[in-house]
Amino acid sequence: IMAADSDGEEDFVSYGTALEPLEEDEPLKKPIPLHEQTVTDEKGRYKRFHGAFTGGFSAGYFNTVGSKEGWTPSTFKSSRQQKAEKQHARPARPEDFMDEEDFGEHGIAPTEIHRSDEFASGCRNETAEMARAVNAQASLIPGDTLLEGFIRAASSSIGVELLRRMGWKEGQGVGPRVKRKARKQTSDSSRAYGCVLPPGGSEESEDDEEFAPENVTFAPKDVTPVDFTPRLGVQGLGYRGLDPGMALLGQAVPEHVDLFRPQSESRSKLFGESSRGKRRGGVAGQAFGIGALEDDDDEEVYHKDSMSRYDTVLAEEDPGDSLFGWTAPQQYGKTKGRSRDASYLGKILEGFTLAQKPVEQKTIFPPPILPSNYRPMHRRPGVEVSRMSGISSALAEALRTSRGHMVTEDPQKGGRHQLDAGQRGALLGESTQQGPGSVMDLLRPEDRQRLAAVAMASGMAAAASSGLRQQQEALAAWKGKTSTQTFRPFENIPSKQARYEQYVSRLKQGDQDALEQSLDSGMTEWERSREREEFVRASILYRPSSSSLSSRFTSAKQQEDDNQVEVSRDEEGDVDDKEAAAKMKMFGKLTRESFEWHPDKLLCKRFNVPHPYPESVMVGLPKVKRDKFSVFNFLTVSDSQQLIGELRLQTVDVSSDRNSHPALSEEEEEEEEEEEIRPPMDLFKAIFSGSSDQDSSSSEEEGDKAEEEKKGKTDANHLNLFSIGTTSASTPTASASTASASTPTLTPASSSTLTGLLHPPLRSFSFIICRRV
Amino acid sequence: MMAFPQPKPEAPQLPQHLHRTIDCKQGAVRAVRFNADGNYLLTCGSDKSLKLWSVKGEALLKSYSGHGYEVLDADSSYDNSQICSCSSDKTVILWDVGTGQVTRKLRGHAGKVNCVQFNEEATVILSGSIDGTVRCWDTRSRRFEPIQVLDEARDGVSSLKVVQHELLTGSVDGRVRRYDLRMGQLHVDYIGSPITCVCFSQDGQCTLSSSLDSTVRLLDKSTGEMLGEYTGHKMKGYKLDCCLSSKDTHVLSCSEDGHVYCWDLVEGSLSLKLAVGKAVVQSLSFHPTETCLLTAMEGKVQVWGPNPEETQEDV
Repeated sequence: IMAADSDGEEDFVSYGTALEPLEEDEPLKKPIPLHEQTVTDEKGRYKRFHGAFTGGFSAGYFNTVGSKEGWTPSTFKSSRQQKAEKQHARPARPEDFMDEEDFGEHGIAPTEIHRSDEFASGCRNETAEMARAVNAQASLIPGDTLLEGFIRAASSSIGVELLRRMGWKEGQGVGPRVKRKARKQTSDSSRAYGCVLPPGGSEESEDDEEFAPENVTFAPKDVTPVDFTPRLGVQGLGYRGLDPGMALLGQAVPEHVDLFRPQSESRSKLFGESSRGKRRGGVAGQAFGIGALEDDDDEEVYHKDSMSRYDTVLAEEDPGDSLFGWTAPQQYGKTKGRSRDASYLGKILEGFTLAQKPVEQKTIFPPPILPSNYRPMHRRPGVEVSRMSGISSALAEALRTSRGHMVTEDPQKGGRHQLDAGQRGALLGESTQQGPGSVMDLLRPEDRQRLAAVAMASGMAAAASSGLRQQQEALAAWKGKTSTQTFRPFENIPSKQARYEQYVSRLKQGDQDALEQSLDSGMTEWERSREREEFVRASILYRPSSSSLSSRFTSAKQQEDDNQVEVSRDEEGDVDDKEAAAKMKMFGKLTRESFEWHPDKLLCKRFNVPHPYPESVMVGLPKVKRDKFSVFNFLTVSDSQQLIGELRLQTVDVSSDRNSHPALSEEEEEEEEEEEIRPPMDLFKAIFSGSSDQDSSSSEEEGDKAEEEKKGKTDANHLNLFSIGTTSASTPTASASTASASTPTLTPASSSTLTGLLHPPLRSFSFIICRRV
Repeated sequence: MMAFPQPKPEAPQLPQHLHRTIDCKQGAVRAVRFNADGNYLLTCGSDKSLKLWSVKGEALLKSYSGHGYEVLDADSSYDNSQICSCSSDKTVILWDVGTGQVTRKLRGHAGKVNCVQFNEEATVILSGSIDGTVRCWDTRSRRFEPIQVLDEARDGVSSLKVVQHELLTGSVDGRVRRYDLRMGQLHVDYIGSPITCVCFSQDGQCTLSSSLDSTVRLLDKSTGEMLGEYTGHKMKGYKLDCCLSSKDTHVLSCSEDGHVYCWDLVEGSLSLKLAVGKAVVQSLSFHPTETCLLTAMEGKVQVWGPNPEETQEDV
């Protein structure tokens, strides 16, 4: 301050351009309106804003390159005396084609020096630096942080600025001020980094407390943040390579090898306390020796270790205050207890701290002591029950079950139903059958054994061979097949399906032991054997169809709708009718059927005819979506079919005269028809087994109602009658249920049993609609 | 009744005289076909070759080889520049007549291709296969997929004919289908017995179909009513041809008993029983304008004319 005063203004550094001093009498300048504002470049030329929306820079001469003549290639001349500039020799860079504006501040390639983000780290964050410095010791270049110290950005982040405004100072901690001892600023050595707990400076605090006034608060202690730099090496936790701090700074033989804090020395060096080493530099260590260029000849070439550098007693370090010892005050033991534990444990890895609380010990309870009269013998309670005289076996059984013996008495035997007859008999207390049970009993024991051995071997062979035979069959079915479409039987369990597919693919290659290789070895033997069986069965069941057959089928291009199926809108009529007509040589209406058919647009074009359905988008026969299992898929109303109905249902016409009691007449008719032709009763049972008597009666009622409704209408002269007929003549035997089917309110759900059963035999039956005359 | 071709006042001539026999030397001749103007004939051989002959000079003009199995049918375009043929190797081949090169090999049928036809302008090839489909191939574009696949047949398609905008197919499912492109209609006539061959009449009013119940039927095209029924020949197991004469006066059919039967169209009476040989008459083709018939039996093709050969040569 004094110097500034004496030297005047010469030492000041001024930034920016000073505003011209305002003069009192000068009139206020009017701001230039927007349309008069111009932009000029550095040479005073007007700048045009071409493509203002894309950045607004002018590109060359009226958005062309170069001059009015256009882009002219650069020329150069090179002779032996005058070499051309190197610019021409080397390949062109993008910069060669840029305008000078592009290199400017707002150009696309500014040539200014920018501060990169690396150095914009903000203020001097000493604690963070230290944390990094500690970590950087492990790295090979120790000067890492020092270099960074030279290039330091002047700016600091807004957070730091705000903190400063709030009274925070660098080096302090953040938080409410505490009423306690001031932090000792000079005792840098007392700082601890990493995991080593700071040695409690109790004696220091004692000293400080003497001077600390009661009413003064202090800033909280700064906390060294944990360095979150990830480990990059492949070494284990806690590994430290050659200490570069030791090696490069030429630290001579350290006074003492502290096994637990090996880097305390170098660390303190880093923080400014470094005692100047005697050596200027160079790598030294057990593994390095001395380089040839080094002139320190007096240095020991080979490392010399002395026992004095090691502790000889496993004891705590003497703090040096002569207070340590058996008669030391109690606080020694208390305050240092924790650190002593740490030292006993050895070096604590970085990033780890000692637990505040010891891990709770598990209490292990001893096994119960057996009573002295315990005898390890098992008795069957069931036998005892049955032995009670005068009790029937059923009662004994009841007694036993009431006591829950069935569950507990023999757990490995499983449920009651898994017992065989003999076991059940034993449980019921039945006396076992006396006398020779089998021929085996009559044999001599040696023979019996021999027989058993033979039987076992053959049985095993038979079982194995049957499995093997199946495997061979599967192999034969799949071998050499290349079809990729296979059925996915285990789709629910993806891992199992994957194994199955592996198995199938091996089968295709003809692998002999495809099965064993594709099974999961991690599974139990039981699971594997089960899966083995399943796979073989599935592979046989879903074996690829022969090539001639499979070529006729293609997989669906799109997911099929579950409940809907595409059927031709105009279903072809009854073949039997046409066959009959053809036999009678009555070709014409009876054998002719016409459908709407949509040719491809291109086909029409090629045939030179206009498209018959110009707005049509489909090709072929029109198709409609219908419920998959609906009777109505197979019932179509068309004129020709009605005609056939007229032709064929003359018998119905007779009965339809008596339409005063439709239900009655139908029943009568049914009887009549039954006498004529009657398909086997089983067929009807198979179809209509779902409908009980009640159902049929109710449907009859429904039919009656429907009839009444129809009679109520004046113009109800139509009656749809669904009749089931065999190939030669119609037999409306199922009139009861078909009457219900004729009511229009029949839903697929209510007729699910009917339709579901009706589906397969539909080919042999025909549903036709006839008109009542 | 429908408009019938009125019988000519003069007795129509019949191709009852054998003019010559051509030994095709290509195995069994599966089909013999006149070209569009009747000056040339095509023979489809079982040795995978297709041969083009001159009818007059009975000279072999060209042999086309490229099929992988026996050739079953062939057709020539209206301008004689292209030939299409189909084969048991499931392919349809479009040939360039002059060079004998394969212009296009059309794959897509799942089974052997029984019959093939150009449309009138040779812009589309229609092929019917044992897989039950008729595929319409575009000869103009480079597409290898058919324009449209007609899969209405329930069984193999044995025969097809194209006239103007109508396509007539006969199928083993016993139905004759007529696709009318102009009307957008498909007419199905139930015959019952597997159809072996179908034809349009020259006036375009009738369809002729032969079936395996040894019957040839003439049906009215628009209503499907039967106008005539011709029997007497034997057609039980082979896919044999039938045709109408060029003036629509007679119906001709191959027979398994080695004869060609020729009936009067209106009366239905047998007017000629042409003895070709002892074996099955495989195929026949009637000249588009003249009274000339081609028959194929085993490895030979016979040319039949109305008059003895000497007189014709004099003319």
